[in-house]
Amino acid sequence: MGLLTDLKSSISRAASVLFAENEPKRIGIYGPPNAGKTTLANRIARDWTEHGDAVGPESHVPHETRRARRKENVEIERNGSTVTIDIVDTPGVTTKVDYTEFLEHDMEKEDAVRRSREATEGVAEAMHWLREDVDGVIYVLDSANDPFTQVNTMLIGIIESQDLPVLILANKIDLEDSSVQRIRNAFPQHETTPVSALEGDNMDEVYDKIAEYFG
Amino acid sequence: MAEVKEPRDGVQIDLISGQRMEGLTSMEKIRMILDGVREGNIVILEEGLSPDEESRLIEVTMTEISPDEFTGLEIETYPRSETADASFLDRLMGKQQTQKLTVIGPANQIETLHKDENLIQTLVSRR
Repeated sequence: MGLLTDLKSSISRAASVLFAENEPKRIGIYGPPNAGKTTLANRIARDWTEHGDAVGPESHVPHETRRARRKENVEIERNGSTVTIDIVDTPGVTTKVDYTEFLEHDMEKEDAVRRSREATEGVAEAMHWLREDVDGVIYVLDSANDPFTQVNTMLIGIIESQDLPVLILANKIDLEDSSVQRIRNAFPQHETTPVSALEGDNMDEVYDKIAEYFG
Repeated sequence: MAEVKEPRDGVQIDLISGQRMEGLTSMEKIRMILDGVREGNIVILEEGLSPDEESRLIEVTMTEISPDEFTGLEIETYPRSETADASFLDRLMGKQQTQKLTVIGPANQIETLHKDENLIQTLVSRR
């Protein structure tokens, strides 16, 4: 009886591994607010999905994305083979949200307070996804900004502690103040790929890396 | 936290030893930090938090942010990757090095002036 139970359990484990391997991996797009995460998610979705629908609205106002959004079955073709992933666009991670900062973007107090409340919920949601529900991470940084921030240090540490594959993108290389090397210096233990998600610069290399890291 | 004397005109700094943190669960550590920070104190941890605890600290902080009351926290550690240096076996055995001096304060009272691999400079203001 014990042998039969063991056998059933082994078959069940093997089947679940086999099944899991066929399921698309969920790749979370993480990073601080305003790094261009949604712009990247939209660029990938437009390039590789049938209808090219956007994942979410893009904006220069921080915390435009306040809910994690998943785009399923994105099929990326590289070198004759196809990598299928689900991309999860997440709200920018921070340790503080002050509604008064939104007032500077011509927002009424009521709207600013609501946006800050939704933003805090979104950050909590993003952290939960990171601990429980993603199989890999694309970490997006604005290459015109200082990468030595606590949020970046902590998030990369959290990702490493979970042994998730992580692809670091130095975004916004079209900007004059962009410095890819600064990001390479901040996270020397990882490879950094330059990109402009807005302009579409170097997206081919990004897709090569996605296939290499998450395929 | 032990009872403190009458508050004076200044900023209270709680230096918490690794030994004191050792016997606490993750949620007890997070509660202790957030209670201190919400009172306007600067909390300095001798040995810091694990990546998982940092993740939960962010999550719990977000649930406590409230307009005109609490805008969150500022947290600083040195930007080095302790977990990346540990081998997979070390991590599996729970031997990863997490000791890192950590400074945490209310977001509206603490401002980072400079930070690199070896130096953190912060400006602390009164409420």
